[in-house]
Amino acid sequence: MSHFFSRFNGQLAALLLLLLAMMLFALSLGNYPISMLEICRFVGSHLGLTTLTDERQSILSNILLDVRLPRVIGAILVGMALSGSGAAFQAVFRNPLVSPGMLGVLAGASFGATLGMLFHGNWMVIQIMAFAFGLLAVGIGVAIGLIFGGGSMITLLLGGIISSALFSALLSLVKFAADPQDELPSIVYWLMGSLGMSGLSDVLWLLPPMLLAVLVLWGFGRALDAMSMGDEEARALGVPVNLVRYGVIIAATMASALSVSIAGMVGWVGLIAPHIARMLVGPENSRLMPVSIMLGAIFLLLADCLARGFSVVEIPIGIVTECLGLPLFLLVLHRARKGWN
Amino acid sequence: MESITEPVLLRAQQLTYGYGQRQVLNGVSLDIRAGEVLALLGPNGTGKSTLLKLLLGLYTAASGEVYIGQNALSEMTRREIAGHIAYVPQHHVSPFPYTVRQVVAMGRFHAGGVFGRMSERDSELVQQVLERLQIIHLAERRYTEISGGEQQLALVCRALVQGAKILMLDEPASALDFGHQARLLAQLRQLAEEGYAVVMTTHHPHHARMIAHRAVMLKSGLVMANGAPADILTPEAIQQLYDLSAQELAAFTRGIA
Repeated sequence: MSHFFSRFNGQLAALLLLLLAMMLFALSLGNYPISMLEICRFVGSHLGLTTLTDERQSILSNILLDVRLPRVIGAILVGMALSGSGAAFQAVFRNPLVSPGMLGVLAGASFGATLGMLFHGNWMVIQIMAFAFGLLAVGIGVAIGLIFGGGSMITLLLGGIISSALFSALLSLVKFAADPQDELPSIVYWLMGSLGMSGLSDVLWLLPPMLLAVLVLWGFGRALDAMSMGDEEARALGVPVNLVRYGVIIAATMASALSVSIAGMVGWVGLIAPHIARMLVGPENSRLMPVSIMLGAIFLLLADCLARGFSVVEIPIGIVTECLGLPLFLLVLHRARKGWN
Repeated sequence: MESITEPVLLRAQQLTYGYGQRQVLNGVSLDIRAGEVLALLGPNGTGKSTLLKLLLGLYTAASGEVYIGQNALSEMTRREIAGHIAYVPQHHVSPFPYTVRQVVAMGRFHAGGVFGRMSERDSELVQQVLERLQIIHLAERRYTEISGGEQQLALVCRALVQGAKILMLDEPASALDFGHQARLLAQLRQLAEEGYAVVMTTHHPHHARMIAHRAVMLKSGLVMANGAPADILTPEAIQQLYDLSAQELAAFTRGIA
């Protein structure tokens, strides 16, 4: 029993409540005002606890389910995916400054998506292109690491840097080739990130693979703890190091590439959420991972509220996360630098 | 010291290993018995650490094989090997501030496997070993913030928690002050008396003479001598091992008992 009421479970419960409260708040926010109480009543009517007039029901259903819920689910998924991937990459590469884009997934996915736009693909085509090129970029980065350094950590990172640079260059080429009147603005706008582009069916379809990827990363928690001590020690402790390393790379790459296909480029979450989580619950990955994931989701919901709530025109979410992320990161740096020496 | 007649736990046969063109080990054979402390001695670059990593299965020998009982190490999974052999590396820096208790708990990984969780019993074991090596007061301290000697003890705890009967230590005393050296070596000797097989590399013939039942002198990738420290660690053998003149050795050891 004492374990059930532990400090850690308390922290988890508090974060879960905060996440639910943020969801309610995000759903209530918008041009058409809906109070949080009314959202609760709407949920209640679906459970058969309360009743609403048919007219009200259809208005609420339209706004909440068709317009706002996809954004909210999208924000949670993207936040979870990036912060979970970030935490796993930091452990696997034994470096607290590594972010999910380290192996080239974000650069590759951006290039894929913009290429899709250049050829006037529909939303589905752009999503698939983003995902496919995200995987391809990481594949190239890992291949470079394997060919030139036998897959050691440092050459994997260098491979990722080269692959990122390659796809950034290709992205510039696409921008250069794009029609400056019509295509270029939409490409630039897309790259800044937005949660308003996917519908409910899109995000529901992406939910299972992203959730699965994040659960796999969480499951590797204890192995990642051992691996942060070094490969040889981890092997001696019984960890199948290559299985875990490539398992993490595959799961994190899938999650990150899918997040780009939902929301474009969203920076900083994957770096900051794990750091704040580490300050809250320590470095043990089986604890760090769920906390990091929930913090990422809350952070992105907050960023989306700011993106929508500040002005009449929606600010791209990538800009908001950068504006929020930098001061937060300074704060983390101030608190955490002791542990890095 | 009497010779140990307990069963052989680990047997290495004709191990060879090289880095690129450079051959490091040229056919090394060893038996390791339960209840003995075996000290590996040799000059820098002679392959002590390489041999230790071959015995741990971390490197794969170019030829030759290591056996645990009847099983070849190369045919066992990392998880199976972890149940038999525990490794105490030279102390090192971790990028993340794990507590001592968390570091020690990593020794239980192999019991649950990749997706396993710590059991109640695992936690109790960690507690017992921390108490046993008298570092329970450090349990909630950050591993990154304790002294080198305390880190070494934490790593020995992690190895004990693993439940393996063979302990392999890479220069366990190299970074420790005089007092910590004495305590750690006494602890290793005590473990051997309880039935562990303890293999350690060391730069100090003196350490081998203090606690080892057997010393193995490695030179140029070959076993130069293998026997009880009192018999083989003669001044002549030490001179030959480290390429020292009689005067150099005498000047260096003057004052050490």
